[in-house]
Amino acid sequence: MPSQQSEPPDNRLARLRGPKPPQPYTARKITALTANPACARRAVLDAAGVDKALLAQQVGYEPRFGQSPFALAREQAFHGHVKWGSYAELIRLLREQLSVPVAEAHVTDLNEVGGNTALHLRERETRRLIAHVASGQDVRLILDRPLLTLEVAGQTAYLEPDALTHRIGGKFHVVLIRSFAAIDGQANPTAVAETAKQAAVYVLALHRAFETAGLPAEQISHEFLLVCPKDFSNRPYGRLIDLRQELDALQFQLSRLRRAEDLAAQLPETATLDTARSADEISSSIEALDASYTPSCLSFCEMARYCRDEADECASPARLGSGVRNDLPGIDSTRTALDYLDGVAAPGEAEAEAADLLRAAARLRRLRRGAA
Amino acid sequence: MSVLSTVATLTASRTGRAEPLTTVRHQHLDEKPFVLVPLTLAGEACAPLAALAGTDPEHPTLLTVRQPRNRAERFRFAERLAALLLAYIDGCRTETEPYTVGRGKEKEERLRCRRAPQLLVPNGEGISYVRLLGRLTRLRATEGPYAVDQSVPTLGKWLTWFADLAEFPDSGVLLAMTRLLAANWATGQSSSEDSHLASLLAWIDPPEGSDGARAAREAEDPAVWPPAGPSTDPVFDRTLHELMTRYDEASDGRGREAVGRQIDRELSGQMLPTWRLMWRGVELLRELPEGAHVPGRWALDRRWFSEYAEYLEADGRPQARRDQAVRAARRLARLEDAVTRYEAQRAYDDPLVMAEYELTGEAFTGTVTARDGDRFIPGERPGSQVWRPTITLRTGTDVRVDLAVGTEVKSPARPGQEARILEVRREDDGGHAVVLQLKGGFARKRTPPAPPGTLAEAGEELTYTTLNPTAMPSALPDEENTPWTHGGPPQSYEPTDEDAEETWE
Repeated sequence: MPSQQSEPPDNRLARLRGPKPPQPYTARKITALTANPACARRAVLDAAGVDKALLAQQVGYEPRFGQSPFALAREQAFHGHVKWGSYAELIRLLREQLSVPVAEAHVTDLNEVGGNTALHLRERETRRLIAHVASGQDVRLILDRPLLTLEVAGQTAYLEPDALTHRIGGKFHVVLIRSFAAIDGQANPTAVAETAKQAAVYVLALHRAFETAGLPAEQISHEFLLVCPKDFSNRPYGRLIDLRQELDALQFQLSRLRRAEDLAAQLPETATLDTARSADEISSSIEALDASYTPSCLSFCEMARYCRDEADECASPARLGSGVRNDLPGIDSTRTALDYLDGVAAPGEAEAEAADLLRAAARLRRLRRGAA
Repeated sequence: MSVLSTVATLTASRTGRAEPLTTVRHQHLDEKPFVLVPLTLAGEACAPLAALAGTDPEHPTLLTVRQPRNRAERFRFAERLAALLLAYIDGCRTETEPYTVGRGKEKEERLRCRRAPQLLVPNGEGISYVRLLGRLTRLRATEGPYAVDQSVPTLGKWLTWFADLAEFPDSGVLLAMTRLLAANWATGQSSSEDSHLASLLAWIDPPEGSDGARAAREAEDPAVWPPAGPSTDPVFDRTLHELMTRYDEASDGRGREAVGRQIDRELSGQMLPTWRLMWRGVELLRELPEGAHVPGRWALDRRWFSEYAEYLEADGRPQARRDQAVRAARRLARLEDAVTRYEAQRAYDDPLVMAEYELTGEAFTGTVTARDGDRFIPGERPGSQVWRPTITLRTGTDVRVDLAVGTEVKSPARPGQEARILEVRREDDGGHAVVLQLKGGFARKRTPPAPPGTLAEAGEELTYTTLNPTAMPSALPDEENTPWTHGGPPQSYEPTDEDAEETWE
């Protein structure tokens, strides 16, 4: 049980971040976090709202992420297309997919509340509207950019799904608009899986909102509507996707995440993740947070190449991928494994079986390579 | 991933140089492969942007689309690619050879081409690109609104054919260079990093004075080694975006052409390093000897090729948007058979691959210590005797023999000979003595003595395994006899006008 802290936890994380405004949690960040729940480093960086791209750059690792102007333009154009004419295309898809009887629908824009874009105001207004329509009093059908919250690693994350429809067949549906194409009814499975995970984050946040408001959760659909361009055109195409598996997995993973402030509490008082400070200062604070590097981090985490060099240095088997790691149970360094192979070190009892198998493999490799 | 490749990976991570995983090459590598390095416009579903293509390492043909948002320009790209690829395909059809299919009464003489096309792309995404470009072009109409050139749908059908076969591990008509290289070498990095062509080759073929580990890191810098495509580097895209805007806004034809040439140069610069890596990869793979089963698999590719070319001439309907159920089921069954057969053939051709099975206990190696060449046992008919010699194999002390008495095994040394394990004895020193009963493979002789070479000699080292490279494919009922539980068999695919009528916005 972590010790009680002398000051509010938020302050500790905010002090680590420094004077810069925090980067918000997004559904994408949450799915990345749950993809690697063992990574304390990422948990703290995200909870403190540190700009990870800037941080990586400060310690000498320019992140290789970035969006192409072409991709950005395409995404905007497609979003615009779906939202054009008070979501006319979305309403068409809802009619097709969910047999909505109405020909048109009202849209409430929740990007702002009376000209104010403050998060808490938008969240309060979203909650009020959800409670209002859940009671069945309103004809309003689509909430544009509603704002929901979710507790992640002890922090409140503010989340904005593209749209939320209300009460179609008595159910609320989350809608996500993506610009990857569905060709002959099939989109890139990796992209769909990633979108489904993000949708699960929104649906879970919606559950929390219902719980808080004392509304019946049965009104929330476990399916979400994915809208993407059809074939090679710009025409929106929609399909409902079942989320039950993703929801179970997400709930489980969120419950496993350790509270970020408990992790941060283990850092020395002088630790800082302020990107304005010197590389040495930041580096030593980053190092004090345990990372759990795997090669898949390279595809989504800005700090991945920093962590990879660190993993190389301590010869972590995980850096070579799960295949190698699984073949080295109980052996925590590739250097140790190589020592067993060379016979310069003797494996302990727990490692003996794995080491024997490695030696048998190495022997066969030598023999059969020679045989050819 | 096997423990053997883990050992290879560990070794590579120490030496900084890739380690061989095979002793032979298991894919056919044509004398004249067609190399395709494609780029697409970010954010779009298969908007061809550029390609370097051809069969001459010194002279790639550069294809570019200066404004990919323009539909007509995309199809002009397809037309130019068709001109190159269809000519290459036609060149493979000039010579044919006879071959026989079936046995006994069903025996039939047919003709197949002596060559088949082989398309090489940098990586797995390159294969997806071929599939998508095939889908984009094969259903186009050649008359009416948005008509395209005749060659465009033909290109699409061929590209789809390539992509369909690429799923079969035993086919070599469309291959990704990263997969080819990673099948033969283990690097000291993860497999996801191996999908990056430049860093994979850095491990296998590091530049002088560097080691693979260091060179691979340097190869990750997109400013030095642009991505092998088809996705482009987002930073490069900013340059390209600016040029394309200038291209669109040019006030006259001369100005536009000048910017257009600059676009071409920039795109060519993004692809040339990959083009060179592709051919370096081809060179490295050529240095490996070819596995014994490779020519047989390529002959099968040549047969598929000949049959598809004939089909296109006779019928020519494009592949459907989606496979109908019967076709999909057959394809899946064929795919499973191909995987099993390919894995077994690889092990038979390559002692280093067989070692993986030795390690798991599905194969064992030993030395012949005794043989009984005059052994007879009672046959099926009452009173009959059949000739079934035995040999006894003695294994080393550290060899695993997990196979039970009664198991049917075969040896790569005499693949035509069936063997059955009669006895497994554990010896005092920890090794095993395995007695094997042999059947067939005696040059059609049914009585002793065994013709020279057909029965293993004492002292010979042999490997036996449960793998069988000649296992018969699984049988599926005919299409008309396929049971249907959901309203009868689906209709076969007929192209419709709607297929060609895709809105373009």
